[in-house]
Amino acid sequence: MSRVGLRLLSAIPTLFGVVVVTFLLTRVLPGDPAVFFASNPAMSAADIAAVRETLGLDQPLYQQFLIYLGNLAQGDLGRSIATGQPVAAEFARRLPASAELTCLAFLLAVSVAVPLGLAAALRPGSLVDHAVRLIVTLGVSMPTFVTGLLMIYVFYVLAGVVPEPIGRLDPFLFEPARVTGFLTIDALLAGDRQILAAALHQMLLPAATMALFALAPLTRMTRAAMIATLGSEFIRTARAAGLSRGRIVVVYALRNALLPVVTTMGMVFSYMLGANVLVERVFSWPGIGAFAIDSIVNLDYAPLQGFMLIMAALFIAVNLVVDIVSAIIDPRVGH
Amino acid sequence: MTPLLSIRALSVEFDTSHGTVHALDRLSFDIAPGEILGIIGESGSGKSVTAYAVMGILDRAARITGGEILFRGENLLAMAPRARDAWRGRGAAMVFQNPRTALNPIRTVGDQIADVVARHSGLSRRAVRARVQELLRHVRIPDPERRALAYPFQLSGGLCQRVGIAMALACAPRLLIADEPTTGLDVTTQAAIMELIRERARDSGTAVALITHDLALAAETCDRLVIMHAGHVVEAAPTAAILSRPRHPYTAGLLRSVPSLAGSIAQLQAVPGSLPDLRRADLPPCRFAERCPRRLPRCDAPGPLALEEIAPGHLAACRNLP
Amino acid sequence: MTHPVHPVRQGGLRRALRGNPLNLFALALFALLCFAAAFGPLLVPHDPLATDAAAALQPPSARHWFGTDQIGRDLFSRVVVATRLDLLIALGAVSLSLVAGSALGAIIGYWGGVLDTVVSRLVDVLMAFPLFVLAMALVAALGNSVINVVYATAIVNLPFYIRLARSEVRPRRALGYVEAARAGGSGDWRILLRHLIPNIAAPLVIQASVNLGWAVLNAAALSFLGLGVRPPTPEWGIMVAEGARFIASGEWWIVTFPGLALMLAVLAFNLLGDALRDLLDPRLRR
Repeated sequence: MSRVGLRLLSAIPTLFGVVVVTFLLTRVLPGDPAVFFASNPAMSAADIAAVRETLGLDQPLYQQFLIYLGNLAQGDLGRSIATGQPVAAEFARRLPASAELTCLAFLLAVSVAVPLGLAAALRPGSLVDHAVRLIVTLGVSMPTFVTGLLMIYVFYVLAGVVPEPIGRLDPFLFEPARVTGFLTIDALLAGDRQILAAALHQMLLPAATMALFALAPLTRMTRAAMIATLGSEFIRTARAAGLSRGRIVVVYALRNALLPVVTTMGMVFSYMLGANVLVERVFSWPGIGAFAIDSIVNLDYAPLQGFMLIMAALFIAVNLVVDIVSAIIDPRVGH
Repeated sequence: MTPLLSIRALSVEFDTSHGTVHALDRLSFDIAPGEILGIIGESGSGKSVTAYAVMGILDRAARITGGEILFRGENLLAMAPRARDAWRGRGAAMVFQNPRTALNPIRTVGDQIADVVARHSGLSRRAVRARVQELLRHVRIPDPERRALAYPFQLSGGLCQRVGIAMALACAPRLLIADEPTTGLDVTTQAAIMELIRERARDSGTAVALITHDLALAAETCDRLVIMHAGHVVEAAPTAAILSRPRHPYTAGLLRSVPSLAGSIAQLQAVPGSLPDLRRADLPPCRFAERCPRRLPRCDAPGPLALEEIAPGHLAACRNLP
Repeated sequence: MTHPVHPVRQGGLRRALRGNPLNLFALALFALLCFAAAFGPLLVPHDPLATDAAAALQPPSARHWFGTDQIGRDLFSRVVVATRLDLLIALGAVSLSLVAGSALGAIIGYWGGVLDTVVSRLVDVLMAFPLFVLAMALVAALGNSVINVVYATAIVNLPFYIRLARSEVRPRRALGYVEAARAGGSGDWRILLRHLIPNIAAPLVIQASVNLGWAVLNAAALSFLGLGVRPPTPEWGIMVAEGARFIASGEWWIVTFPGLALMLAVLAFNLLGDALRDLLDPRLRR
């Protein structure tokens, strides 16, 4: 447990750096946010100055940073100019949509990639191995946004097997009582199977789109790690002791190969956080990525700032989880 | 007496990107029940390949191109894969070199032994655990309750090798193959490990095949020696016979290179030259010929080199015996 | 052993091509891309910017091989002409991060000290952001233009080159040839330029080649979101974005052809990057 604490502490300087970079980046945004209000012709120069003052934009940069830090400490991420809502509230509302999609996509990718990599590793050089390599190389070369659009064309327009790719739920269905914000979990809690099925159905395409891209690194790493482990001395010992093939592959080889795979999983997950933005755009998903894009277009810097902070914090959190899982898998880690 | 294990004209090849390696060439020798046999040779002479072939754990690139391996009269090479799996560990088991890397790094040693016990015994979980404790005590690991929960990296090399021996002996195999079991251990630990192997074998009537390049170690431990060179058996005889009157020039050379057996330092000399490249297509019938001080034109005459009984229980493969 | 274990590698390039037909395919694709980038604008059948309201949203035909978009522009011409811009952005970004990252990494690796600590910390911070998110924010901050997409793509990639160059230079500081050069009176800069950088070039170039495919994707993704390149400039990402509005009504070709071009470009770079890595550095082979 103390290791986790130490690891958390070591993330603090990075987190502070993230805050500084985020602040600086959003303050050099070329547009003066106050001008945004000024697009309303009824506003005078004096009104604009007043807005600047309320936003704290008339202060020197370091002062602005201190104010920003102080607000941040209180959980105040500022206010969105476009929606007029506190940024923190906006994100709280949208984060579950993004998180649910990313988690499902991640599970999908892992549950396809690990068996694929395993199959390739058990018969290196075979037809299966070559087929897996081809699929994986194609997958990594497909731009997420193109795959998403083509999937919409094939599965919605042509085959008609998925609902209209807009948002999280068919507009004629009622959302379940909000507990976690994850529609699937909330539907389960409410005992509403129809909503659960509808939510999953709606997530299928965007999740598959994200998963496709993540397939390549996961499959490659599983294959490479499995081949390396299967060739190691303790596997030979286990075979000589007569352990069954299944037990050798699962308990001896796979668990040992998992370590580099888990590290790759962390990388892939953070990759997905980035890809999220594109997928949400393609599927009109009401998540934080789509919100961030709107903020950029509107020169709405507070939400962008919040978005970058949340992304970096998630990124750091994912790496922390990877470290903890690695320590659970491998008793040598940390010794 | 019928042999426990009988290797008959076994040939093994490896496919590499630089050609085919003829690792074993019509290799033959026997192991009697309960005996301790030393298999001696330089690295690359095919000792470990022989062991892996017996165990059926050769890697993918290897191919058995001829011969048979009889275990109590049954050909292992013709056995169904499932039967062979079940035979491993019970018929024969193996102890490896580099004990630390030979164990699964992320599984407790107790669990690793338990896996073997459970696989071959069908005991209840509780009985398996008791059996693991018993095995750990048999290989004289102090504080077995606690050590069973340790990971290999938490134990010394000597303790790891004791665990390896416990695993190998878990199901009372008829044959124990020990492949350089003392490599990487310090001298006192080496002696203790060898003593342990000898004692456990005698107690249970298990035959032992000790694979080593260390002739002195083998001479101390073994009843009989098989000398290998470049995938051939060049000489096989009871230890005393080999020590008193080695017949093959390679064996004689090996004996001269061991300080304690060579009488005086003045006599000490290594066998000159090195193993021939086993990928060559033009390997001579006697693969030692190119290093041999007694080479004659007839040594290079075509036709396989026979391993012949030159005295009761004493075999040698040479066309120019002294 | 009397015979060499590893015969001298000969004809490595030819063997790499023959051994893997995919590499040949990638090379052909690459040649096609280069050709389209160099001569495309001269050869296309239509003006990529010319609109024709009467011929809007036409499916692929003999006259318009890839069909037309919502204002009747010829998609084939647009896809071909876009090649130059897309490749230039990626090449520009990767060369920038290669040069700047290697130089910075080599410098901090050679001298160490405070500069090393500061830059390394900064690199950690940059790497704490998901790459694409950082690229987005950078374009937003620097201003919405093509050159800023190049800069943003270069900056997000910088940390990888800095780390690589630093870790390659560090262990070499005390090597024989460096000591010899120092004893021979060479100054630090001279040692760095003449002895160290040439010696670490291979891994950096490999990194760059593997990086190109990603850079193409990144730039196209940014313009898909409306960052960087602006309409009506033909660019694959924008064309996909424009076509996105029509996918639900069944006009598949507007998205598919630029998407396919993008995918083939990325595929070619990824395959060639892997092949180059295998060729130059057998240690990294999977």
